[in-house]
Amino acid sequence: MNNTLIINILRFVLLVITQVLIFNNLNFLGFINPFVYVIFFYWYPIKGNRAIFMLTAFSLGLVIDIFSDTLALNALASTTIAYARPAIMRFCFGVNYDFQSFSFKNTTKVQRITFLALLVLIHHLIFFSFEILSIAHILLILKKVFATGIVTLILCVLFSSLFSPKSE
Amino acid sequence: MQRIINFVLRYRNAFLYAFFAFISLVMTIRSHSYHQSKFFNSSRWVTGSIYGAGSDVSSYFSLQEENKRLVEENQQLRKMLFNAQYDSIDPLNSSLAVYQVLDAKLIKNSFTSPRNYILIDKGVKDGVHQDMGVITTDGILGIVENVSNNFATVQSVLNTKSNINAKIKGTQYFGSLIWDTKDYTAVQLIDIPRLVPLVVGDTIVTGGMSSIFPENVPIGIIKKYDLDDAKSFYNIDVELFSDMANIKNVYLIENKDKEEIEELESRTIE
Repeated sequence: MNNTLIINILRFVLLVITQVLIFNNLNFLGFINPFVYVIFFYWYPIKGNRAIFMLTAFSLGLVIDIFSDTLALNALASTTIAYARPAIMRFCFGVNYDFQSFSFKNTTKVQRITFLALLVLIHHLIFFSFEILSIAHILLILKKVFATGIVTLILCVLFSSLFSPKSE
Repeated sequence: MQRIINFVLRYRNAFLYAFFAFISLVMTIRSHSYHQSKFFNSSRWVTGSIYGAGSDVSSYFSLQEENKRLVEENQQLRKMLFNAQYDSIDPLNSSLAVYQVLDAKLIKNSFTSPRNYILIDKGVKDGVHQDMGVITTDGILGIVENVSNNFATVQSVLNTKSNINAKIKGTQYFGSLIWDTKDYTAVQLIDIPRLVPLVVGDTIVTGGMSSIFPENVPIGIIKKYDLDDAKSFYNIDVELFSDMANIKNVYLIENKDKEEIEELESRTIE
């Protein structure tokens, strides 16, 4: 338990630093800055206190917001995916995820990528909708969501296979 | 009361989410209509020093500001270099210099079409006018073709209309520099007489026959050469020093004697 706590704190710090120093300055194709820190919600232990998880998510988002001067957009988006994560997992992995024996080991690659993709999609939809905050710019929002989302997803899949947790 | 507490406990996560979302939303909407939060912004100590440490590293990748400074310095140096022949005159008195140098940034580059024009970020306001020579830090780039208030288009040497006077370095054999549109790394030098001894790797520089470029601005090196159909002149392929696909800072050269030269020439022709 103590071990996972340290690992999560370390992940938190490292993801914030990678996000603000590298991925916020990427400007791929002029506008794509992927939110790689979303992978935190993929890695976070399944059987934890949900309240603590949401608090962690809120603070992760807020710290990134303070760094990138997008106050509370990332906090809102990441709290939302933290809250929605159990529902997304039930959708991706079926009801058996509630059982004690569940681990990512027993899931297929497709299931895991779907899970990640849904996290990214919800996060980006909330982030860009509230960033622009205008229904009139729905096409711009969608363009940003999909372009950035695809890059984020690819990077997250790469990250998840590079730094796979011990349970896999 | 018991039931209310039970209800709250049962949906505590939803309430917690609503609470966080409310805080975030208030902050977000405030940021749309008010100034940036005084306390939560990236200029704070922790965030600031992390960014500072980051920029110590990333400044190597984005040396724009540094670059600008160096360009200005270079501009000064080139001005002195081009006027070195007047070394008896006070080198810091710019009113006596024949060649003036301006710096500019490239806004749009083009090197794939047969007639390439390059857009730079200086215009009439900055003293740019038609027929100024444009060079990069490595070599020749083109000639200013059209000028607006804030911008100017440059006819690249990679343009079928381009025709620049050039010579082999160290000699007085002149030819014309043209482009056959095939390869953006190479231009062609024609009208060099057959009797000239050529070696692959010789440097080609601008000649002094035009009032646009100063003499001896580097252009490129001889890649290969052969005789033309009449067997009396060489066709020389010149590999450009400037990497035409990757240019950012350019210099504009102004010849202050240009008007006088042109006036004299037009009178002579009459």
